[in-house]
Amino acid sequence: MALDVEPVRDVPGTGDDVIVTEGLTKVFDGRGGAVRAVDDLNLRVHRAGMLTTRVIPTAGRASVGGIDVIAHPATAKQVIGVVPQTNTLDRALDVAENLYFHGRYFGMSARDAHARTATLLEQFRLADRARANVNELSGGMAQRLMVARAIMHDPDVLFLDEPTSGLDPQSRLALWDVIGELHRRGQTIVLTTHYMEEADQLCDRVAIVDHGKLLALDTPAALKRSINAATEVRIQTGSDPDKVLQDLEQMPGVNAGRVVEGAVYLYVGADGPTLPEIITRADRNGFEMRDVSVKETTLETVFIDLTGRELRE
Amino acid sequence: MSTASISTSAVRSSRSSTVTAFGALMLRDLAVLRKEVGMFLGRTVMQPLLLIFVFAYVFPKIGQAIGGARGAAGFSTLLVGGVIASALIFQGVQAVALPLVQDFGYTREIEDRVLAPMPVWAVALQKVASGAIQALIAALVVFPLAAFIPATPVHLHVHWFYLVTILPLACVMSAALGLTIGTRVEPRQVPLIFSLLVIPMTFLGAVYYPWKSLSPLPWLKVFVLINPLVYMSEGMRLSLTVGVPHMIPIAIYAALIGFTAAFLRLGIAGFRKRVLS
Repeated sequence: MALDVEPVRDVPGTGDDVIVTEGLTKVFDGRGGAVRAVDDLNLRVHRAGMLTTRVIPTAGRASVGGIDVIAHPATAKQVIGVVPQTNTLDRALDVAENLYFHGRYFGMSARDAHARTATLLEQFRLADRARANVNELSGGMAQRLMVARAIMHDPDVLFLDEPTSGLDPQSRLALWDVIGELHRRGQTIVLTTHYMEEADQLCDRVAIVDHGKLLALDTPAALKRSINAATEVRIQTGSDPDKVLQDLEQMPGVNAGRVVEGAVYLYVGADGPTLPEIITRADRNGFEMRDVSVKETTLETVFIDLTGRELRE
Repeated sequence: MSTASISTSAVRSSRSSTVTAFGALMLRDLAVLRKEVGMFLGRTVMQPLLLIFVFAYVFPKIGQAIGGARGAAGFSTLLVGGVIASALIFQGVQAVALPLVQDFGYTREIEDRVLAPMPVWAVALQKVASGAIQALIAALVVFPLAAFIPATPVHLHVHWFYLVTILPLACVMSAALGLTIGTRVEPRQVPLIFSLLVIPMTFLGAVYYPWKSLSPLPWLKVFVLINPLVYMSEGMRLSLTVGVPHMIPIAIYAALIGFTAAFLRLGIAGFRKRVLS
């Protein structure tokens, strides 16, 4: 399962894309047979690996800022910043040196690299750890340092690959703050995440990718509207859930429904029945209602709606 | 965002960004080396120090000199080249291979290094350059040990032409061998690098004896020719001594250049394979 989320910021007055993929395809030949990680993707989104030049596509083209990443990787790498999933901090260097040398790799002078290191350490609340060994950092601090390092050379596009996975709630919120702040300052960010809430909170535009194929690409609000369900009603019933679904689905304004693990889910439009109306009808028709809950449609609903609920590997 | 609005002004040519990144990675490696200078000296000095101390100081003193009392002086002299060569290859391999094995196996730090704005082959080449410098430093550190510790006189005679051509070649070859090993070995196989590769190479690397003296064992004399250390030891003796028998210079150069080219090719191919998918 893969969900790619991108808040690509459009510059007013121009229609060109900062990231373009054309028929981009990557097939990994695993022991269990070929896996299509990316399947004929045409958009401004992508799996990070190929756009960060480490993965060579099986087919298709990809470019960042007009630079073909396959033909000119060394040039393309100048305009991207990458935060991979794993901690790739330089363990032989301390916190400040990780930033300083990264700046030097990208052609900054010693003076500029020192100055920007100081600025970023302050901005990412790592200044008091400047001389610490990177092994001593907590997961959240290490992740902040990775983001700081990725923007050290002021990239045009910042790739974040599941930046908050494995972080505790506080660290996750702190990182969201950091990412949100970068975004407000005009940083173009491509974020890959499995957390729908994260995509909803942080992103201007969300692309849903499943089995390497693009299923939808729009703003979070538009995606939620697209499934035509303002709320999701979940019913635990003592009766046959399939019969309950069959009956309640006939109510006008109930746009879709499904049974998952014995629970009935109804997707109800803005003009649909209220919760009491649903319960009343169920009662009248002799169904036993054990528990009813209702929540606003989330991106998760959209995702499940688009991809189905069976387990993804 | 339009292509034009991308800060293309800041985008440098591939060649220029490669040169800059290469230089900066060298600076990084030197900074790390400076931090770990104690560890570097520890792993560089200990083995040659003990070797020279036991073979060229203790043995002659206790009358157990190799080659008899008469041969002891000659042995100290021929040991200098061998010890420098073995310290150098040990260091070159270690400086490149061990960090790489870790990077590929556990830390994945390499994923960051290859995001530097340079082609992947250049990242690999930088590892070799850095390892070669460490090998050179090792040779310079070991040289005084080999020259001054022995109890019997060491007769050195420097042939500068050979020294300044063979020494750098040997350093690059050692580091390139490190690259080849580092891109092919899993972390759990690291102990094998030493027991199956470094130690046999050292014992059969013409470190303690000139290659020509193997004539009574013709099969061994031919067999050890697959060992690159043989040419390094012979080359060092060619550069530093007179009167100690050695291989003809052309064979030494040909073998060192050939091994260097082969290891660079294998190493860079291995590196690309591990980094790209």
